[in-house]
Amino acid sequence: MTERITKTLDKLSSRKAIKYGVYAAAIIIFFALILVPPIAGIFIKWNDIQFIFAQPPLVNRALSAIGNSFTVALIVAALDLLAGVPMAWLIARGKSRWLSALDTLADIPFIIPTTALGFSLLLFWSRPDGISSLFGTSLISPGWLLVMLLHFTFSFPVVVRVMVGALLDYKMEYERASRTLGAAPFTAVRTVTFPVLRPAMISAYIFAFARSISETGATIIVAGVFGQGGFENGAVFIQDMKNTYAVTDPALYNGAIVFASFVLIAVSIGIFIAIRLLGPKLKLPLKRVRPFAERKLSYKKAANSRNTVILVVFFALILLPSLFVALTAFQVIPTPTFTDAITGKGIWGTFWQSLLLSYGLGAIVTVINIIIGLPTAIIIARKKAGKFMSSIFDLLVNVPLVVPSIALGVSLGIFWKSAFTFPDFVLLVLAHLAITYPYFVRSMSSALERISPDIEEAARTLGAKPLGVFRTIVFPLTKYSMLSGAIMVFTRSVSETGATLAVTANLQTAPVLLVNWIKIPGLATSQDIALASGFLVLFSFIILLVLRLVVGREEKY
Amino acid sequence: MPEVRVVNLTKKFGKIPAIDNVTLTIHDKEYFSLLGPSGCGKTTLLRLIAGLIQPDSGEIYIGDKLVNDVPPEDRDIGFVFQTFALFPHMTAWNNVTYGPKVKGYDMAEATTIGHEVLEMVKLHERLDAYPNELSGGMMQRVAVARALAAGAQLLLMDEALGQLDAKVRTEIRYEIRRMAKDLKLTGIHVTHDQSEAMAISDRIAVMRKGKILQVGTPQELYMEPESIFVAHFIGESNFLEGYVASKTCEGNIIIELREGTKMEAINRGFVEGNQVVLSMRPETLIVEPGLQEGQNVLSGTVERITFEGSSVRYEIRLPNDEIVIAVKPTLSSALFKIGEKVKVFMPVEYTHVFPYPDTGLKEEISVA
Repeated sequence: MTERITKTLDKLSSRKAIKYGVYAAAIIIFFALILVPPIAGIFIKWNDIQFIFAQPPLVNRALSAIGNSFTVALIVAALDLLAGVPMAWLIARGKSRWLSALDTLADIPFIIPTTALGFSLLLFWSRPDGISSLFGTSLISPGWLLVMLLHFTFSFPVVVRVMVGALLDYKMEYERASRTLGAAPFTAVRTVTFPVLRPAMISAYIFAFARSISETGATIIVAGVFGQGGFENGAVFIQDMKNTYAVTDPALYNGAIVFASFVLIAVSIGIFIAIRLLGPKLKLPLKRVRPFAERKLSYKKAANSRNTVILVVFFALILLPSLFVALTAFQVIPTPTFTDAITGKGIWGTFWQSLLLSYGLGAIVTVINIIIGLPTAIIIARKKAGKFMSSIFDLLVNVPLVVPSIALGVSLGIFWKSAFTFPDFVLLVLAHLAITYPYFVRSMSSALERISPDIEEAARTLGAKPLGVFRTIVFPLTKYSMLSGAIMVFTRSVSETGATLAVTANLQTAPVLLVNWIKIPGLATSQDIALASGFLVLFSFIILLVLRLVVGREEKY
Repeated sequence: MPEVRVVNLTKKFGKIPAIDNVTLTIHDKEYFSLLGPSGCGKTTLLRLIAGLIQPDSGEIYIGDKLVNDVPPEDRDIGFVFQTFALFPHMTAWNNVTYGPKVKGYDMAEATTIGHEVLEMVKLHERLDAYPNELSGGMMQRVAVARALAAGAQLLLMDEALGQLDAKVRTEIRYEIRRMAKDLKLTGIHVTHDQSEAMAISDRIAVMRKGKILQVGTPQELYMEPESIFVAHFIGESNFLEGYVASKTCEGNIIIELREGTKMEAINRGFVEGNQVVLSMRPETLIVEPGLQEGQNVLSGTVERITFEGSSVRYEIRLPNDEIVIAVKPTLSSALFKIGEKVKVFMPVEYTHVFPYPDTGLKEEISVA
């Protein structure tokens, strides 16, 4: 029976009309669901902008908040590159077997939902429970420094991941050639390896930048209270407008969020384009080499001290603060709070509901992503829409990545609500779909690019229909990338707060609930929050473990 | 100045010795080839000399200096990689002048050197092109120029011609030899192509399974192979199994082949009863239909003919069912036909006799 179905499908797939129908559908879905709503929405309520312009102080506040968003993202991405490249170097080039463990540890801040991470950092740096207990006073109060630390922490794994991949792909022959021509190791790296790896560094920077600009929930947690020494960036500003004016002055509220979202989206896309265009032209000229000084930097001692510094930075500044909440959560286990949590008493009932919502939403979004993302990935990797259009498409797919997610949520919410009355859950699915779309498509298209078209053509000459080629050749070769792409979509969706806050006030996903517990006084005890964060960390670890097992096996081909 | 000497050199990858206790001297200003099938250790030996990998034991000398602990950048070598390894982010010109620049020379000096070496490799156009815009032959020239510009006295080439088309390859290989000679460099050339090694080398070391089997000039290796493998790998040989039946009064031996066929050959210390392998080059066999019967003359039938341009190759089945290959110049005589009865004469002076290998003949001549 199933055999007959696959046979029929195989046959259908070789019909031109069906083949192009699928590709056309993928392109239409991309524009209609993913690309247009997050941008077009703000233009529907464009006229509301006048309401905020009636209040110049609010405009100034919005602009300075948005300025903060970009300042933080640009600086943090640079710092991540500075720390992440040596770390990636150590992982990719080191010889110890402990390095694969380090590789896994480096992923932890990526996999923990940012709100749990934010709370962990808050506990570690600010609350009396953490490092501050050594000093008797709050070491780092909520504010800009804590926001920077937070963003540095959750963007760091992205840079490490990209750079480790690039270093493993890099042909060592270049560096060896440089050595035989008389370059000391440091000179070889400076003049050959880094320039060759520049595209990878640029995309690592963009990823770190994008992650920083999009983060909302955790930033709200560690930013403190605006006007009382707290820090405000674009996302925090939009959320604050919602809390302050959504009910009392809807027109002003609309004006403020449309204005802020527009500026955020426009500047973000502008910076993205600028980095893409100017990055490759940025040339560090070879200039004069100072053989003696550079030789000194090549000594083992220099390399060892560099490794020591990066390991200290990683463990003390990134890993320990990230996992600190787990320690606190463990302390909660013997208390009644834990029994309450397990039995779902009081506020814990809503917690488990929200967790169910988060994971259910994540699962649905992942499945839809695979269905609509696969043809898109094929179009990009195999240039099915012509060389020029396909590369434009490739660029456009990245847009949701760099649009700040709260602004995306605002715009998307306006767009869909203006024409339909969807239930909130559908809006959530659409918002999460738009945000997570690039992750699956990108990992899938780069996996497809690694498969030589020759292999597919060989299968065709042996009599396989297009769908048959996919089933028997492409799928087995890419299934691990597919899985890791899917897991990335899932984690990103579960972590997401900005767009969720923007499209619905009624449904609470787990990270949104956590933000509320922390920000609304009296709602939950600090034990509750720690334990809830602990659960999120625990589940993330399980996901990380699965990811490792899956990706670890990929090396077979 | 640079004589290269390796002494008792061993390098293992895991448990498998890639280089197995090798001792070798390459003379100053010599153009030397390391020749062998893939996996014989020739590239490993070259990389050890360059310092790109470290030996497990043994010593490497360049000039009179022990260089085991000297990093590659201080060995004063020029290395041409199999894949060329041209820096993809630099133009041809910047690739060529990279060596002088990283050695701290000033711009003017680097420019002069760059022009000198480009003159030498006859590359004048497309200096602003990036490696991915160059043809294979041009990439090759840039790679050689880059190695020369670093001022090396020792030029190491790892299958450096392997990626080129056949025509370009034969052209460039003579040029490289000429340049090495003009500049009075010591050259070490790694290749698996015996005709390439024969054409350009002063001397060749034939390697197999991490060991050096024989070192000699191309003529020595061809005329006086010391082992079955060398006889097989350099040029082509017929191998016939047999045992020593008796000795002649001139001191030669009579070898009894399969089915009792007897052949006379030059003795190399064998005694009666030794199991041996008789080898002859295909071009030393004399094939005529009308030869007189006599010692070392056998009758046979032409089984297959391969026309190779300047020569014709015949596979001839002997009465004892063994097949020998004979090569005759195309224009020297009339061509035979398949099925034609011929007489084959194997002159005694061109015979080589080797002891029968312990592992069997097939294994001995396998290049895998």
